[in-house]
Amino acid sequence: MARRVAICAAAQIRNEANIWYQRFQGMLLECFESLVDQTGLTFDMETGVRNVVTCSDDVFDARTISDNGMTDVVGAHYRGEEKMAQDGLNGLGYAMAAIMSGHDDLVLLLGHCKESQSESRHMCTNLAFEPFFTRPLGLDFLSAGGLQARAYMTRAGLTEDHLAEVVVRSRRLAAANPFARENAAVTHQAVAASPLLADPLRELHYYPVTDWAVGMLLCCEERAHEFTDKPVWLTGFGSSMDSYYLGERDLAFSTALQQASQRAFKMAGGVDARDVGLFELNDAAAYQMPLWAEGVGLVPPGDGARWLDADGPDRHQVNRSGGMLNGNPLMLGGLARALEAFYQLRGEAGDRQVDGLERALAHGTTGPAGQHHAVLIMEN
Amino acid sequence: MQSDFDTSDCYTIEGKLALPYTYFAGRVGSRFITTLRDQHKIMGVRCAACDTVFVPPRQTCERCLGDLTDSWCEVGSRGRVVNFTVVRYPDRHLPRPVPFVLAMILLEGADTPIVHLLEGIPPEQVAVDMAVEAVFAETTTNTIRDIDHFKPCDA
Repeated sequence: MARRVAICAAAQIRNEANIWYQRFQGMLLECFESLVDQTGLTFDMETGVRNVVTCSDDVFDARTISDNGMTDVVGAHYRGEEKMAQDGLNGLGYAMAAIMSGHDDLVLLLGHCKESQSESRHMCTNLAFEPFFTRPLGLDFLSAGGLQARAYMTRAGLTEDHLAEVVVRSRRLAAANPFARENAAVTHQAVAASPLLADPLRELHYYPVTDWAVGMLLCCEERAHEFTDKPVWLTGFGSSMDSYYLGERDLAFSTALQQASQRAFKMAGGVDARDVGLFELNDAAAYQMPLWAEGVGLVPPGDGARWLDADGPDRHQVNRSGGMLNGNPLMLGGLARALEAFYQLRGEAGDRQVDGLERALAHGTTGPAGQHHAVLIMEN
Repeated sequence: MQSDFDTSDCYTIEGKLALPYTYFAGRVGSRFITTLRDQHKIMGVRCAACDTVFVPPRQTCERCLGDLTDSWCEVGSRGRVVNFTVVRYPDRHLPRPVPFVLAMILLEGADTPIVHLLEGIPPEQVAVDMAVEAVFAETTTNTIRDIDHFKPCDA
């Protein structure tokens, strides 16, 4: 039987529109020092951290091997250091595997992204497309989202009013989170009047430019008590990759997310969506919240609009944090979801706390219109 | 910004990544592009195992894992719009001044729609199911842009 793994501590800086005054190393250092202060972790070669997983993206950092400029800051000197260049939630799955296998007792995980650093994040995501068939057309994650939005809204009967309600709710809930990006509260009318960017997506339907850094300490069950009296257990992880070309996927239902969820549920002991008390879904755009709710099995395929009409997000505790839609940078949207589930499962979510929570699901996506999905089941 | 953050000696510098590359298109990709460029024909590959015609073509079916290297078939240069978006945010990587339409177009004989530019019609008049045809580029770029754009046509 593989070893159980817990997140013992977490630290973050506030999500902000433009952290021009700090290098990403400085952003990470704040998280790192907080984790050391919280847990007393050491870098002793026998009993301390010997493995660090970092999550970052070369293009957003404008330097390849984007991890090599921060190894000193995250305590990786002469230690194992490996980089996850997909959504940081996969870094959590990777760290989990390192501990389950017995390779490590402790893993330090850190992630950062400064979306504000480039002139255009859409130019960054255009580079996710290969250079012959798709990149020359100017495709990027926003226009891919516009295509997916139309496909899904048609299939599920979603209207502009549904999208506006998702945005208004996101902003309202995020206002209770002291680490959330500070956004103006918006009305349904303001959402509907915001400029169209990639029809049917409007500016307020899409997450805003955000900078952020986050860190976590993971540990095996035998030693978790050294660092916390409130471990949060990682009991299931699954991931799945969809086709590369948009035309080869069903943009209106994610089989890849369904598969990732089923793998995570199976690993967690055969649970399903009905056994989950909190869902944090990686909604880069408003339409994705119901779309991903269908993918994880919370909502029957094609029922997204009915689910929204029936107050589904509040009844099923979906994205109580405000979701990625309020503002987390790309590459960390899923890791931010796991962080929120961590605080909820510890009873430390303040005004947004869900009572009696025992199990949560965190979800991350990588690639245009949710090509790759990762799902993590967490329990207290 | 944190209100108490000391921003003294905080200085930003301008930078830029600009690095020319030479990409190999792959054998299958090369044949697709040279056939498009020289013959104005759009080629796909058929996987016999799952009876799917893929455009763009590829060497291996990711579903059946079969070798598709010699499974070429020509698809039509006409098709219909199955999805579209109107790009309205100006940016340096975009091929046209905004607004312009990116459409998913299912070509005759193909099973997977391709994304391409749709022109010759105001964006507000674009609709799913409309018939379109390829307009080939006068100057080659050795990419999918050897189709300059698609335009509406009679069904």
